[in-house]
Amino acid sequence: MTPTLFGRIQTRLFLVVTVGVVWTLLIGPLLVTLVDGADLGDVYRLAFGALVLVAVVGIGWELLYHALQQFRWEKDWPTLFGLVTGLPEAIVVYLLLRQDLPWSLGSVPVDAFTVHFASTWIVIWLTANGPMRVVFLRWRFRGGRLL
Amino acid sequence: MSGDQTVSDDSAETAVAGDLTEDLIRTSVWDERDLEAAGIPVIEVPFVTVGGGLGSFAMVDFLRSAGVAVGDIRVLGDSLTPTETYEYLATNSQIPRHERLRSDASSVMDNIWGFPSYALREAWAEKSPRRIWQVVTEPVLDEYFTPKAGQVYESVAREAKRIHWNDMVTLGYVRMVRKRHDGGYFVLQTRPEPGATRRVAYRCDFVHLAIGYPGVAFLPDLQEYRERTGDYMRVVNAYEPHDHMYEELLRRPCTVLVRGSGIVGSRILQRLIDDRVGRGAQTKIIHLFRNYVGGPQGERRTFRRPGGNGFAYQGFNFPKAAWGGQLRVDLERLDGEGRAELIREMGGTNTAPRRDWKHQLERGAAEGFYEQIVGSVEHVDQTDGRDAIVTRIRTQDGGSQEIEAQFIIDATGLLARLDEHRLMADLLAHTGAAQNPYGRLDVEPTFEVRGTASGAGAMYASGSMTLGGYYAGVDSFLGLQYAALQIADDLAARGFGKRLGPLRSVTQWMRWMRDRTP
Repeated sequence: MTPTLFGRIQTRLFLVVTVGVVWTLLIGPLLVTLVDGADLGDVYRLAFGALVLVAVVGIGWELLYHALQQFRWEKDWPTLFGLVTGLPEAIVVYLLLRQDLPWSLGSVPVDAFTVHFASTWIVIWLTANGPMRVVFLRWRFRGGRLL
Repeated sequence: MSGDQTVSDDSAETAVAGDLTEDLIRTSVWDERDLEAAGIPVIEVPFVTVGGGLGSFAMVDFLRSAGVAVGDIRVLGDSLTPTETYEYLATNSQIPRHERLRSDASSVMDNIWGFPSYALREAWAEKSPRRIWQVVTEPVLDEYFTPKAGQVYESVAREAKRIHWNDMVTLGYVRMVRKRHDGGYFVLQTRPEPGATRRVAYRCDFVHLAIGYPGVAFLPDLQEYRERTGDYMRVVNAYEPHDHMYEELLRRPCTVLVRGSGIVGSRILQRLIDDRVGRGAQTKIIHLFRNYVGGPQGERRTFRRPGGNGFAYQGFNFPKAAWGGQLRVDLERLDGEGRAELIREMGGTNTAPRRDWKHQLERGAAEGFYEQIVGSVEHVDQTDGRDAIVTRIRTQDGGSQEIEAQFIIDATGLLARLDEHRLMADLLAHTGAAQNPYGRLDVEPTFEVRGTASGAGAMYASGSMTLGGYYAGVDSFLGLQYAALQIADDLAARGFGKRLGPLRSVTQWMRWMRDRTP
């Protein structure tokens, strides 16, 4: 899929809300084991906080990616970029969580955050690189737009 | 071939049973009585696709997934195998089955979803993650993955079986499509077998035209040379069979003049150099450029194509975003000359930036067996002893130069003039179809041919004949699938077939995965 600006944003929001939420619910019990004294509620507060930031701050990231894409002749966004941009995004989300955004967490456990963020990012990336085309036949021709 | 000549061809044949009459040829709109009077049998079928190649195949593959029955579709073409013409042209232009095409991993001809991609399937078949690594890192750390020609042919054959392709094909040559008085169309086919009536007419609501290129294109100076001298053996087209050239090059040292710097030119150069390096040929290659690309092309930093060493480089024949990204959106908003201009800027002559090709040419230049010359051709003739062909060119500094070669190979492309195709010439004359600013068939964004609506019926076209429309990559696997999807959606809105929404899409994909009939 070669994204357009609106396609990028729509795809990100859609995948975070669907795949991201389902994956986060599934992985929650595992994350609990990584944080001393935390219960499932604490872990979900952390994980869903991260998801909200990936969605909201991500719109800004997409504007940046779209601007960078303009300097590529093919006007494409290689699959690899979709994977490695997870790193700067993770750092920003981590820093924002520590600033009590989108809500206060006390401390941010690095292990649980890393496992949740990395695994969610990869699951979303894999979904965007295959199954999305099966469910939404026109998606790849519309630059990632769903609406 | 002009429309007038076409008419006189047919009028000479009117004595055969069940054939065209002068009245039918002259009349743009027919009804059943006209055909009955001429003794031409009429077969009713709701949907007819003309061509029978990959364009027809993509269309039928979508319709079958959209729930259209085998009996409601007829494919009129000249071969049972949808890949036959493609393979013929690809093989001639030096892409045998084991070589790779210039096509994206997810432009999967036998799978309307593009998943699993050719790369995944090759990795699975070979139990090797190499192709997955390539498709994940392309084009940043690795070159674009492209499928082997053989993989495409074999998988299309499997899909053809799954959708019962053979049950829908009727062999024969389609001579004309005419509107029907009460809506819909008659598609007139010339039967290949003797004995029955010479023609048969298909009465249908919807027609789809996917006829590809009318033939190979020759540079005018080479065409003139061939006609004047009758020398069809030493001046050849890359898309024609020309193995005799490679065989002779193995037998004796020769000079070959290559014309064209697109993807086909690259293929020919590869073959010539492979034969030199691997099979002992002593060929000297002279590569003639009319437009030499010395560096990146484009004034704007945001619209600059990589280039150098004579070639313009991009992964595919258009930038990737022309198939589904922002360039597709840009093009869809343009009309007239502006649209034609953007297509020219994105396309034109270009080749793939493959490392092995670059290395071959660097080596050839260093060892003196590959030479680039820039100039425009003034005249082509035989030498006095007729053992070579002399090309006189005007060089960039205004001087004159003669190039002597034993063979000239024209790698500049295929013929795409509408009026060179009998069926297209007839369409322009009788059904209201028109040419777009690019000189090809004018189609709507839905790929309906403008001006040809007939009652509740509709005529569509896809493939190379529609270049210049709202979609640039029409002449590609993914372009054929995009056109097929647009047409299938338009047909579903008209009540023919079901719309491929998420539920149907997923269930059909699962059937595909299990190799079950749609």
